[in-house]
Amino acid sequence: MRSADTSSATARYHPVSMALHWLLALMILGALGVGLYMVSLPFSPTRLKLINWHKWLGMTILVLSAARLLWRLTHRPPADLPMPAWQRAAAHGAHAALYGLFFAVPLVGWAYSSAAGFPVVWFGVLPLPDWVQPNRELAEAIKPWHGWLAYTLAAVVAVHVAAALKHHFIDRDGLLDRMRPGRA
Amino acid sequence: MNLRPRTLYSLTLAAALLAAAVDPIHAQPQPATLVAAGSEIVFTTRQMGVPVEGKFGSFSAQIALDPKKPETGSVAFRIDTGSARFGSAELDAEVPKPTWLSVARFPQASFQSSAIKAAGPGKFEVAGKLTIKGSVRDLVVPVQVAQAAGNSTASGSFTIKRLDFKVGEAEWADTSMLANDVQVRFKLVLTGIAPL
Repeated sequence: MRSADTSSATARYHPVSMALHWLLALMILGALGVGLYMVSLPFSPTRLKLINWHKWLGMTILVLSAARLLWRLTHRPPADLPMPAWQRAAAHGAHAALYGLFFAVPLVGWAYSSAAGFPVVWFGVLPLPDWVQPNRELAEAIKPWHGWLAYTLAAVVAVHVAAALKHHFIDRDGLLDRMRPGRA
Repeated sequence: MNLRPRTLYSLTLAAALLAAAVDPIHAQPQPATLVAAGSEIVFTTRQMGVPVEGKFGSFSAQIALDPKKPETGSVAFRIDTGSARFGSAELDAEVPKPTWLSVARFPQASFQSSAIKAAGPGKFEVAGKLTIKGSVRDLVVPVQVAQAAGNSTASGSFTIKRLDFKVGEAEWADTSMLANDVQVRFKLVLTGIAPL
């Protein structure tokens, strides 16, 4: 069903929700990209620089995700667009999984860094506490989890983007307009 | 020459005292023994703000110190550069390379004192030369000595600049990536040092 009048039929997200969505989308894609690239490098100043930037980005994502969750819990998003029940369930499930991964991925990364004996110093100036004690065996056990969770996040993001595009361009229900900043 | 016994005796005594006064070796204290258990040499630097700590697992010391006459003493150290350990397998494998400690060419770093002076109760200042990777630099190390149950524990810390010794060359010379300052902390357990 085509929405002839998108300005009233397609209620949009709050501007703050939109800002957090796009900002965090960029940061998460950035962190995924840097993460994939940096592990392929040999030990070098470039590798260390990228690892540190990756950690700073991850910590920033963690803090902003907490703010975003708080916002989400206190500001109801627009009502779902009409769609089959299974698609609605899949959308809500995917969004819940994304919120879970927004926290799990950086928390596990932080734990790995602490266990490996490298405390995280945010932007090179603010030392963050080790929430896991330095322990070589523990670091080895945690290490693969950060990668697996990151790959899972990337997969859910891919499905999220594909589904949004399908709704907007195949179903033509104006879904993307809900997240489009600017005038209605 | 025929000398009377008393004159001969006086002359011999005078000669011995003169020899003792001009030959300080005769006045040097007994060498102390380093107790490996409880002794450590730890160094810390910062990589983009992140503290990185390592320690040397193998070192020896030749220390002779009379706390009441520190100027007669001497301190010498030899550290096996190949014994540096970081708690990270990646760093343990990297640091012996030529860019860093170049262990194959320089298996030992060393310190040799030139002067020791008192600097307060149980405190000394040891001046000498530090040699790492073929570079020599003057160094003054403040040392605190505490004694208990026949053991003396000498501890202290000092800061060196890694680039003075070419540790971390070429691309690693960038001090915004890896700080130039390296803090060295030591704690040495010794036996055979006279009471303070």
